[in-house]
Amino acid sequence: MIQRAPSTVGETRRDDSSRRVRRAWARREESLWRVGGRVATLVPVGALAFLLVVLAVKAWPAIKVSGWGYLTGSAWLPGSTYGGVEKVHGVAIPVGAHYGAWPLLAGTLQTSAIALIFAVPVSILTAFALTEGLPGRIARPLGFVVEVVAGIPSVIIGLWGVLVLGPFLAHDVYPLVATHVPNVPVLRYFGGSVGYGEGLLTSGLVLGLMIVPIIASTTRDLFLQVPALPQEGARALGMTDAEVARRVTLPWVRSGVIGAAVLGLGRALGETIAVAMVSGSVLGVVSPNLYGTMTTIAATIVSQLDSAATDGTGFAVANLAEAGLLLAAISIAVNLAARAIVRRSGALGAPVGRA
Amino acid sequence: MVEIGLAGLPSTRWRRARSRLFHVLMWVALAFVVGPALWLVVGVVARALPGWRWNVLTTMSQGTSGGLANAVVGTLVLMAGVLVLAGTSGVLTGIYLSEFAEGSRGVHLVRVAIDVLAGFPSIVLGYVGYVALCVGLGWGFSLLPALMILSFMVVPYIAKSTEAALHQVPTSYREGAEALGMPGGHALRRVVVRTALPGIVTGLLIALSIAGGETAPLLYTAGVTNNLPTWSLLHHPIAYLTYYVWTDWNQPSSAAHVVSYDASLILVVLVLVMLVVARLIVARTQRHAESSA
Repeated sequence: MIQRAPSTVGETRRDDSSRRVRRAWARREESLWRVGGRVATLVPVGALAFLLVVLAVKAWPAIKVSGWGYLTGSAWLPGSTYGGVEKVHGVAIPVGAHYGAWPLLAGTLQTSAIALIFAVPVSILTAFALTEGLPGRIARPLGFVVEVVAGIPSVIIGLWGVLVLGPFLAHDVYPLVATHVPNVPVLRYFGGSVGYGEGLLTSGLVLGLMIVPIIASTTRDLFLQVPALPQEGARALGMTDAEVARRVTLPWVRSGVIGAAVLGLGRALGETIAVAMVSGSVLGVVSPNLYGTMTTIAATIVSQLDSAATDGTGFAVANLAEAGLLLAAISIAVNLAARAIVRRSGALGAPVGRA
Repeated sequence: MVEIGLAGLPSTRWRRARSRLFHVLMWVALAFVVGPALWLVVGVVARALPGWRWNVLTTMSQGTSGGLANAVVGTLVLMAGVLVLAGTSGVLTGIYLSEFAEGSRGVHLVRVAIDVLAGFPSIVLGYVGYVALCVGLGWGFSLLPALMILSFMVVPYIAKSTEAALHQVPTSYREGAEALGMPGGHALRRVVVRTALPGIVTGLLIALSIAGGETAPLLYTAGVTNNLPTWSLLHHPIAYLTYYVWTDWNQPSSAAHVVSYDASLILVVLVLVMLVVARLIVARTQRHAESSA
């Protein structure tokens, strides 16, 4: 018998064919990724379309009834539950129902303005402290602490705001200002009753603390990108630290810092839970002074949706939809502006936390 | 003659004083950021720790008293669901935007949609979920509408962080893969995505911590229950931690306050752990990148 070497022909062929399959699959793989990605992009687009359509459809009756008066009116009256239904502009609404969003709009803009006035200087100075004032060994963990604040759930910040910060401010800080302010037209706004710590200024400050991490960490990253040469040159010319900061570092990244600030503003406008806890949630009034109780659009939606659902005509829910549409329009405008500015400055548009 | 006019310029002493003021303000600002952060964490821990019992994690809630096991499990279920829904679509969207977007139609629309969705107020998302999904489609307070709304909220974030991570993959890696004759899809999976994986995972972790800490979009979509989550997606409400913080802090009984503080403590620990892990991943890959460079 002749011993034959085991044939390798069949194996080679099998190997070839499996390799061919693998190669075909590898060629196919790229188009799989492409198609999968393409389908996935439908999620954000579809979600946005869904949100806008639902809001517009739900808000339509309220827009028809109130018109522009919605933006200027102050009353938030659900009408009588048992008083029957009347028709206004073809929409069935409870008798006596009247909705105006001016106090909500004013509260939203006021708290966000206070938040920005607090957060922008604090964030920029913090970013300077983290990049220039401290050695990296200390600055890195502190920078992490700043980023952690961005991640703390807003309900916990609200809890702390209403239990700890608000009472502290109303008891120990606000009176220092409020009791020494003369009763003259503009300054009067800073005086008067300071309440118990739930109100306009507390809400604004809590919002400010919430958006500082967004602005500060973006600003810090921008400062780190400023080349060293111009800074060293300015120092060699005899500029002090403050002058280098103000005349070289800050102008270098100005548009990025503005973008970060506006991104923070977007977050402040839409923040709901923390404000609902510390604002005092009073409908229908614009606070007469800096400390009074008030509410915002977002806080009103969260606190009123429950009772609005009991309105059989659906008119209360429609008015909340219009409030939501108003808030969404403001937030979208602010965010698109911020992203346009940030993109033009060349910074990565990846903020810390949810914008 | 060249005259150097110093008359109109501020004196050196004045400039030094201003610089010193700048330094002082820097420290004050830092204190204004770090101080409240520590005050907040210490405040939560100090309120929760004295009354802390470990059986909070194993017993069910009775609304304003009892444990939080149902809420802990509920929050974890919500986070897992968001990881599946938003994670898949967000990462795939990010890959598409980074790798295939050039010259393809409609990409501009996708980018605008992502930017707009990222800025959408979370309570408005919750409102739409309530009127359209829970009431409109008759799904009731349940898992699916809550997951959809939470996912809509974090998809833009995941897509953006994935895209940013892919952009940071060195061009030489892609060129090397191509030079070795790797087909595009294979190179994408084995080289590009694998290199960007730490960045992608970091983005996912941060998105999950956002989802786990949200309240506003869940209040009117998830409802609440004293029982553990069931396997059904519809018609069965699901409990979550932030609900108990939000509702129980101003209830009259002190047992309710304990529930609120306990839920806060668990949330803070959960979020901190995820942020620290995300941070460690970033630090580790950065060290790796430096040593290999």
